[in-house]
Amino acid sequence: MRTNTIEVTDVAKSFGDNPVLKQISLRLPVGQIMGLIGPSGAGKTTLVKAILGMEKVDAGTTTVLGTTMPNRQIMQRIGYMAQSDALYEDLTARENIRFFAELMSVPKAKLTAAIDHAATVVNLTDALDRRVSAYSGGMKRRLSLAIALVQDPDLLILDEPTVGIDPELRQQIWAELNQLRDAGKSILVTTHVMDEAERCDYLMLIREGIALAQGTPGALEQEYAVPTIEQVFLKAGRLQDESHRDI
Amino acid sequence: MRVIAIFKRVIRQMLRDKRTLALMFVAPLFILSLMYFLFNTNSDSVAQIGVSNVDTSLVKAVKNKHVKLHHYAKTTTAKTAVREDNLAAFIQQKSGKLTVTYQNSQPSDSALVRQALQGGLTKLRVQALVAATKAQKQALTAQAKALKTVMAQQKQVMAAQGQRATSTTSTTTTSSTAKLKAPKTYTVTSHYLYGSADSTFFDTFLPILLGFFVFFFVFLISGISLLNERTTGTLTRLLATPIRRGEIISGYLLGYGLFALVQTLITVTFALTVFKIHMLGSVWLILLINFLLALVALSMGIFVSTFANSEFQMMQFIPILIVPQVFFSGLIPVDQMATWLQWIAHIFPLYYGGNALMNVATRGVTLSGVAGELGILLGFTVLFTILNIVGMKRYRRV
Repeated sequence: MRTNTIEVTDVAKSFGDNPVLKQISLRLPVGQIMGLIGPSGAGKTTLVKAILGMEKVDAGTTTVLGTTMPNRQIMQRIGYMAQSDALYEDLTARENIRFFAELMSVPKAKLTAAIDHAATVVNLTDALDRRVSAYSGGMKRRLSLAIALVQDPDLLILDEPTVGIDPELRQQIWAELNQLRDAGKSILVTTHVMDEAERCDYLMLIREGIALAQGTPGALEQEYAVPTIEQVFLKAGRLQDESHRDI
Repeated sequence: MRVIAIFKRVIRQMLRDKRTLALMFVAPLFILSLMYFLFNTNSDSVAQIGVSNVDTSLVKAVKNKHVKLHHYAKTTTAKTAVREDNLAAFIQQKSGKLTVTYQNSQPSDSALVRQALQGGLTKLRVQALVAATKAQKQALTAQAKALKTVMAQQKQVMAAQGQRATSTTSTTTTSSTAKLKAPKTYTVTSHYLYGSADSTFFDTFLPILLGFFVFFFVFLISGISLLNERTTGTLTRLLATPIRRGEIISGYLLGYGLFALVQTLITVTFALTVFKIHMLGSVWLILLINFLLALVALSMGIFVSTFANSEFQMMQFIPILIVPQVFFSGLIPVDQMATWLQWIAHIFPLYYGGNALMNVATRGVTLSGVAGELGILLGFTVLFTILNIVGMKRYRRV
């Protein structure tokens, strides 16, 4: 029995002279929601892309579902939601989901049911046959999530999934994520919304390409002796800056 | 299976974009019609003809207000004269044989020359006929006169020497018939440096234009469409699925290839039915060549789009990559260019496409005759496709 869905070991990556990831390691156990938090430019998206095998890393290894990445076949079992909405605006939402479902080899017999289910989760059933160009920002976000869910993947990688989504729907989406987690799926979420971080089973703070701190939200709050994750984040950042000055 | 998904998506997106569809299918018809009227109404031009060693009578007969004649030395070769002095045609004579070399890059000029020559020859024949009739009349009168004299002589010498009189008669008759000059006839052989006798401006250029339309529109539309895919992030998103890079490119090739085929069908049908164009070769072969041109345009458009960051930057490739190809597509005869330019022509796909299209449409060349060109077009496609597939490695490592 595999215990970790994602295993990242000592990954480093720089763009030119600018190091984005410096020796990051990460474990995502089966059936957990892990949150990657950090300011923008911290390297979250680069880490996500390295896990997907889309970004070439300079050092270290990534393993997903027991397979060393990059691996094309494993991508079928990963539901990915990118940070920016990558949708075909002149197609309807249904056509968008169907297109990606076909690429993910969802069997034809299950296609309609899978599309309907994914649309229900993100509450888009009524707008499914509208063109994406007529969608609001929040609706596009939800559609991107529906696309990530459509092939019923073992691992979900969601890059800033709830930006522009209203609180009620955010609640609904988190309820669905919890349900998926309970069904044995693993989920990796990047976010900089702190109240979302609190909902994760496990957190990893990234700043300047370094994993500053990790642990369950409760453990982190205890470790830094502060009441909220937001304060953990701020305090960890200050400590990092101070250690820079010491050198 | 994934190729089909991409293919279906490309088709669906195109069908949604009514303006682009109109651009692809209606714009060529509009431009063709415009050209048809532009080039068929221009008739007061003067064609330059070079003549060498041609009978003065013929030269005089050929002259009219639509042609201007220039005399050349006997040793001049037709090709050099036509090329260097940009003559519409060059006429050489060897006894009764006329050899006409047409430049034929402007079929309307060739038509003027043909008309003038035909007119001249007819005029000569009529003149000869008139002369012959006159001569015959003279001969007849002469004969009648001779006959009278002979008869008178006969009467005079009837009694004495009958034998001598008969011999005199025959001599006179012979001398009068000798005056009857046979009308000079000419046999005409025609050579065309470019195109053929049936070429009108439109016939010659239409096949090249068809190829150009396909190339231009497919290049632009596919390039911009992949550029959009890149800038909106859908390409990255696509590559986060198990799709092969080759499958993306193939899907695109199929989708836009289909549109190119439809576009060619519409333009060819339009030209054949509305303008009644002569198409000597097979229409299917024309479609095949255009399809291959579309594949080259597509793979090239996709390749070039990786160097553009916006649609405007994509448009900037038109003067660099498309306009020069027009020059070498055969609209301007390549074999009359400077040698180094002829070499440059060989790097442009449209040179091969234009050549093949013109050969099939105006000379009725069959598949085996254009196999070389088709092979080269296929080579271009393969080259750019490989470059594209390798280039996509930037977005995903496998």
